[in-house]
Amino acid sequence: MGEEIIIAIIKLLIFFFAMFTAAAYTTLAERKIMSYMQLRKGPNRAGPWGFLQPLADGIKFIFKEEIVPAHTDNKLFILGPLLMIAVSLMPWVAIPFGDKITIFGREVYMQLVDINTGALFMISISSLGVYGIILGGWASNNKFSLMGAVRASAQMISYELPLGLSLAAIFILSGTIGTRDIILKQIESPWQWNIFVQPLGFIIFFTSMLAETNRTPFDLAECDSELLAGYHTEYGGFKFSLFLFGEYINIITASAFMAVLYLGGWSIPFVNLHDLGLSDNLIGIISVFVVLAKTAFFVFVFIWVRWTLPRFRYDQLMDLGWKMLLPLSIVNLMITAAVVLFV
Amino acid sequence: MINVREKYLGSNDKMSFMDRIYLPAIFKGMFVTLKHMLFSKSVTTQYPEEKRVIAPRYRGRHVLKRDEQGRERCTACYCCAFICPASCIRIVAEEVTPEIQHNHPGEKYAKVFEIDLFRCIYCGFCQEACPKAAIFLEDIYELAVDSRDKFIIGKDVLVDKKGGPRKIRV
Repeated sequence: MGEEIIIAIIKLLIFFFAMFTAAAYTTLAERKIMSYMQLRKGPNRAGPWGFLQPLADGIKFIFKEEIVPAHTDNKLFILGPLLMIAVSLMPWVAIPFGDKITIFGREVYMQLVDINTGALFMISISSLGVYGIILGGWASNNKFSLMGAVRASAQMISYELPLGLSLAAIFILSGTIGTRDIILKQIESPWQWNIFVQPLGFIIFFTSMLAETNRTPFDLAECDSELLAGYHTEYGGFKFSLFLFGEYINIITASAFMAVLYLGGWSIPFVNLHDLGLSDNLIGIISVFVVLAKTAFFVFVFIWVRWTLPRFRYDQLMDLGWKMLLPLSIVNLMITAAVVLFV
Repeated sequence: MINVREKYLGSNDKMSFMDRIYLPAIFKGMFVTLKHMLFSKSVTTQYPEEKRVIAPRYRGRHVLKRDEQGRERCTACYCCAFICPASCIRIVAEEVTPEIQHNHPGEKYAKVFEIDLFRCIYCGFCQEACPKAAIFLEDIYELAVDSRDKFIIGKDVLVDKKGGPRKIRV
């Protein structure tokens, strides 16, 4: 028992450090990729290729004055960003970021906890993320913040449905709702990856994930041109950085979801590492990097989409959610169920 | 009643199936940005190290010119101060005494010549009005200083260090 706790703590520490670094460098990646798409250079003063920019940003955020505007609800005002970051980290409990390695004769799964209802847990926690936004927007005592928060919650409700329904199709296909088991179902060959088995489901899932993480083209919650900055208008300094971190960790989480559920986790197409005569531990370590690469790919796609597509109008957003994605995902679910049942 | 939106923007009903599912257009757009990211050269000027080439007619900060023998061209005729639409030029004229004749060819010279850069609109009327080709708006554009009163500049800043032939206004 004692050993298990130590292993869990070590995993947690590594995980926390890795997540915050990853989120910080996602901001740099976002700025760099955006700049190159707009024929600019992006941050390039702090260190070579702007590599120390996240550090500089972090220092700036910490040393900025903490401003709490008058007439705000103080407790909720502080609770908002805290909830945002806490909730954005929680789905990682169930996300497997690698196979397993053996240390001192003990099998260690590259996953914080192997819950047998992992996928369900991830999806239910990630939909809590909107509470941070609502609290932040409500407590700010600002019309624009409240508008952003209301929009975010309406958007979250509308897109949760297609998201859940496209996931349900996967559950039916793989017959399990544990994340690790879903990966093991698609590990044999790339044609078993859910992205090829469920292309429509993947498009619906990806679109809903964009909406869920409040990214362009669905960033109605903070759309700068209408609402200043939406729900985080009144936030500054460290509290703002928590919102920012939460947002970027959400993106990484969503990318990891898709890597695990649709791209077969740590399976490498057409290569079976066990045939190459590598040791099991090495394979375990390689598997982590494979999941990371797939996650990084989706993070790139998120950024790529953001700097390509313009924002939806609010009625268009609702139309897309309720009139297109929801019926499509129901059809997808029914077809999948029929195929599994009769074929 | 004419539906303005339909007349000028086209209605959603006229969109083809491919337009309505958005995806082909989205992939096309994504391809454009990817192409920019991978193959286009950045157009950024890395400012303090690299400076952009400015046009010959650029109007920056004023400079008071000297002639071939290094004497100040300005004779304090007030033409620039009169024409200035922002009244930013203040001149105090004084008669030229024999002791300073080596520096001032005319009968009068500007003892004080101040320009208030806050008021100046860089229109270039002063250089057009000047009969002696003494004042020009040159290519100096780095005007930041660390206190407000340094924006009112006098002869110590304005007057050119070396003399030269009469500049021809382009």
